[in-house]
Amino acid sequence: MSATTEIVQEKLAKAAWWKRLSGVDWAWGALVIAGALYTYARYGALMDSFEVIILVGTVPVVLALGWMWKAMRPYTVVVTLLSLASIGLYGADLARGDSNFFLKYLLSSQSAIMWMSALFVMATAAYWLSLFMRSEFTGRVATALTWCASAMGFIGMMVRWRESYLISPDVGHIPVSNLYEVFILFAVITGLMYLYYEGRYRSRAMGAFALTVISASVAFLLWYTFERQAHEIQPLVPALQSYWMKIHVPTNFVGYGGFALAAMLGIAYLIVDRLKPGSAWAARLPTLGQLDDVMYKAIALGFAFFTVATVLGAMWAAEAWGGYWSWDPKETWALIVWLNYAAWLHMRLTKGWRGRPMAWWAIIGLFVTSFAFLGVNMFLSGLHSYGTL
Amino acid sequence: MAGSLNTPNSPRPRRGTGAVLLEFLGSMNLAITLLVAISVAAIIGTVLQQAQPYPDYVRKFGPFWFEVFERLGLYDVYGAAWFLVLLGLLLVSTAVCVYRNAPTMLRDMRQFRLDVQEKSLRGFHQRAEWDAAGETAQVAGRAGAALAAQGYRVRVKDHGDRIVVAGMRGSWNRLGYLLTHVAIVVICVGGLIDGNLPLKVAERLGRLQVETRDIPASQVPPESTLPADSAAFRGSVRIPEGGQADFVFLNVRDGFLLQKLPFRVELIDFRIDHYPSGQPKSFESDLVIHDPELDEPLKRTIAVNHPLIHKGYAIYQASFSDGGSRLKLRAHALDAPDIAPLELEGAVYQNLKVVTPRGPLTMELIDFKAYNVFPADTEDGREKFTNYGPSVVFKLRNEAGEAIEYLNYMAPVSLDGRLYFMSGMRATPGEPYRYLYIPLDSQASLDRFLALRASVLDEARVRRTVAAQADGLMPAGSDGAARANLIDSIVHLVGLFGRGGMGAVMDQVEQAVPEAERQQAVESYIMVLQSVIGSLYVDQLREEGVLGEQGVGEADAKFFEDALEAFAALGSYGSPLLVQMTDFQHVEASGLQITRAPGKDIVYLGCVMLMAGVFFMFYLHHRRVWLSVAAVGQGARVLFAGTGNRDRAEFASEFEGLQRVLSKATGAAGNMTQQEAK
Ligand code: HEM
Repeated sequence: MSATTEIVQEKLAKAAWWKRLSGVDWAWGALVIAGALYTYARYGALMDSFEVIILVGTVPVVLALGWMWKAMRPYTVVVTLLSLASIGLYGADLARGDSNFFLKYLLSSQSAIMWMSALFVMATAAYWLSLFMRSEFTGRVATALTWCASAMGFIGMMVRWRESYLISPDVGHIPVSNLYEVFILFAVITGLMYLYYEGRYRSRAMGAFALTVISASVAFLLWYTFERQAHEIQPLVPALQSYWMKIHVPTNFVGYGGFALAAMLGIAYLIVDRLKPGSAWAARLPTLGQLDDVMYKAIALGFAFFTVATVLGAMWAAEAWGGYWSWDPKETWALIVWLNYAAWLHMRLTKGWRGRPMAWWAIIGLFVTSFAFLGVNMFLSGLHSYGTL
Repeated sequence: MAGSLNTPNSPRPRRGTGAVLLEFLGSMNLAITLLVAISVAAIIGTVLQQAQPYPDYVRKFGPFWFEVFERLGLYDVYGAAWFLVLLGLLLVSTAVCVYRNAPTMLRDMRQFRLDVQEKSLRGFHQRAEWDAAGETAQVAGRAGAALAAQGYRVRVKDHGDRIVVAGMRGSWNRLGYLLTHVAIVVICVGGLIDGNLPLKVAERLGRLQVETRDIPASQVPPESTLPADSAAFRGSVRIPEGGQADFVFLNVRDGFLLQKLPFRVELIDFRIDHYPSGQPKSFESDLVIHDPELDEPLKRTIAVNHPLIHKGYAIYQASFSDGGSRLKLRAHALDAPDIAPLELEGAVYQNLKVVTPRGPLTMELIDFKAYNVFPADTEDGREKFTNYGPSVVFKLRNEAGEAIEYLNYMAPVSLDGRLYFMSGMRATPGEPYRYLYIPLDSQASLDRFLALRASVLDEARVRRTVAAQADGLMPAGSDGAARANLIDSIVHLVGLFGRGGMGAVMDQVEQAVPEAERQQAVESYIMVLQSVIGSLYVDQLREEGVLGEQGVGEADAKFFEDALEAFAALGSYGSPLLVQMTDFQHVEASGLQITRAPGKDIVYLGCVMLMAGVFFMFYLHHRRVWLSVAAVGQGARVLFAGTGNRDRAEFASEFEGLQRVLSKATGAAGNMTQQEAK
């Protein structure tokens, strides 16, 4: 006779996740919370409720990032310390950017961004070199360079934020308000995303491809700096003076970063796919399975954040333009990008499509995304009036 | 033939049309087709600028294609019936998809499949077997506890000959599917509530008629007016400072509808703040809401990004324009520069009648701007902004109805340290302005220029001057007739230049001179003109008392060059009047967007579901594992198998870890086999 005894032991499970944390994990937690408390104690009186929510919300995000991805800890600490150092060196005087040695050559936002640009280009070269020379050491250098570049870019943005306030309090704003600033954001986010997958898969072979798209954005950034003086900090037009911008734009760029990464892996896929299995090159490059896998993950991550970004955009539009959806070209192109990747995901998940067609689709997806990101600003007119070239 | 369907050759049971339809609507192929089709349709709407004035489209595409595109609804793609049908289909398709999948998904979330057979467990990719110490119940209990400690929900069933321990994790992944897809339906429904479908229906039924005439709100007939209780709308209205409105206009294709509001909005003041560099910093309107349901009027200031919400109506700062500024204008007659100028007064959007030597003209005052801030490139390539001050835009329309548009700046414009009166003109709206620069004298006034022009147009005076110069020009021994001839033709040339500018001179050259000699003729004409007008100018300087010992000063010489250039350009200026703004009283108007969107909360609910759902789907993987524990001799034999619904590699490593934990927990007595089918 069979007797059914169902036991539910969920209570036992409860203790599990925090038991797995190590001493360093606890120290990280303490550091993040202490940092937030210090910030609140020192600046709480000046913050409005929105800023307090952001501060509180930052804690679990930074905590979780550090726990799930250990390398994020030294990165966060370095970015924080160097940003604070730079801000400290500035004091209340923007002119120190030209007179102080460290600011002038390292830590003013413009220098940091130039360092980021140089480091990303060097990292790209190093990744390719390590592929050609099969050199493990060069690969390690490439990884280190990418970390440094991502750190300098992040520091550059933090310092630029402060510098805008030093120009004048009413000019001050988060540096995500024009094409120049978001290109830095794009480079940093894509760099970090790649580093995550590199650590996750313990493979540097994807680096050459991922860093190439970052170098392309750096090339644009440099052109934009030297041809158009786009690096000058400009005050915000009224439409952009909103809290929504602070969360809408960075979220969007996690999306763009994921899609760009997926497209580069798509290229890698098509290359590897042409190689003879077992050939020397096939051994150096990532496996098809891995590329397919990371491509999916990057698109999934991108899609998830792009979804959030589009929703945030709709909420902002409701506040700024009087409607959550106006079929403005930028909005519409965001929808097109979103539908495109939704279709991609469905093909993969429900129809089981894999491999070459998905790689091609991911590459085409990047063109669609680039048009939504750049093309709309250049060729179509609409309510998103900023960021014209 | 109906019977043939049931022959053994067609094993499928016969299905009703409903089921077939449902299958079609819920099919992935339709879903993907719709996603792509909507994307493509949406692209059309971004490439072809929407909701432009219809005449612009006619100009762009020609009458034939204009008509075709209009029929297809391409000027309002997102409101076109076929586009709404596509969206509707997506809604239905997603709804059907959820309807068909939801029961399975929900079951999948709850059921642990405790009756799973060992045979099927052996068919799993991920499986392992080992011998454990102890009784089956004990082993199963320990395994269950260990599994639960790993975050699994656990159920146990004793089948008598074996005990099945089933674990499940990440079942919210299935919930994610439901949330995401239900969210699509919810968002579409919310959007539909706020959309213009009711208007379309009312229009089709003939209960509403789009107004296409350019008439004020007070004259809009009832069949184009919507009552104050409309559920959802999005309209705009322009209110001048001191004015009020209790309606908004809804743009529909090439016309509009009038939407009544249950309250009145009054604009007290509109302000633009600028950054020190000149770019706009904020647009603000001080509003008063007069609502019979309010005890006292509601006073609020709105700005971009800071709307006012009143009873579910949201009022946004959308734009601004002139609200009928009062202007004082001085019109100099270019054909009779020595008579006193005409003093005019009017307000923007008014028409003034002016009588000129070239016939009566209507002056239509179109726009006034108090600031004109433009980027100006400085030497180091940095963008700086310069304020060119107040400007007026007006059209001069003749009796034939032809009009030329002018843009005149009130303040002198400084170029290379010299001051000019600047006026732009264009004959058709879309084209860029061409600018006329008239040099100003040391008092920054037009007087000197107008005086010089008066001399040039004064034929008797010109003749005297030419006569005085003629002796020097004539070859020795010429007779009197030749001399008179020469004087006549020079006087004629100066008159031509004065009245018609360089254009008239060129016409004359083209008529009278053979092509080969034209270049030379033009050059000599210019020399003559410079010399004659130059001596008129020197006379004028002498009268002004500014002619120094060394002759004409540098600044005065430059003035002459500029004046000649202005004369040359005046021929194609098209206006007999040079209109200077002398004073203004600025009245602004604020463009408000007023909306009512009761579906917004539904859409936001859908958005929250969507965001949560997507993350659940991507980041919670639904995993199931089973242990089948059977008694073997003294101990127990454990068969462990599992499956995950996403990432195979990830699940493989998790499975490996679980296996280690479980085998330890169950006191594995060696004899371990692990399989991972390839
Ligand atoms: C705009 C509309 C839609 C969006 C944004 C959307 C979004 C998604 C997303 C993001 C996934 C997850 C893919 C993954 O995890 O890799 C998914 C899965 C899925 N979708 Fe959709 N979807 C839409 C419409 C539809 C429609 C119309 C159908 C019905 C034919 C459908 C059927 C499915 C199915 C069956 C899955 C797989 C669920 C699973 O097994 O986990 N979707 N959808």
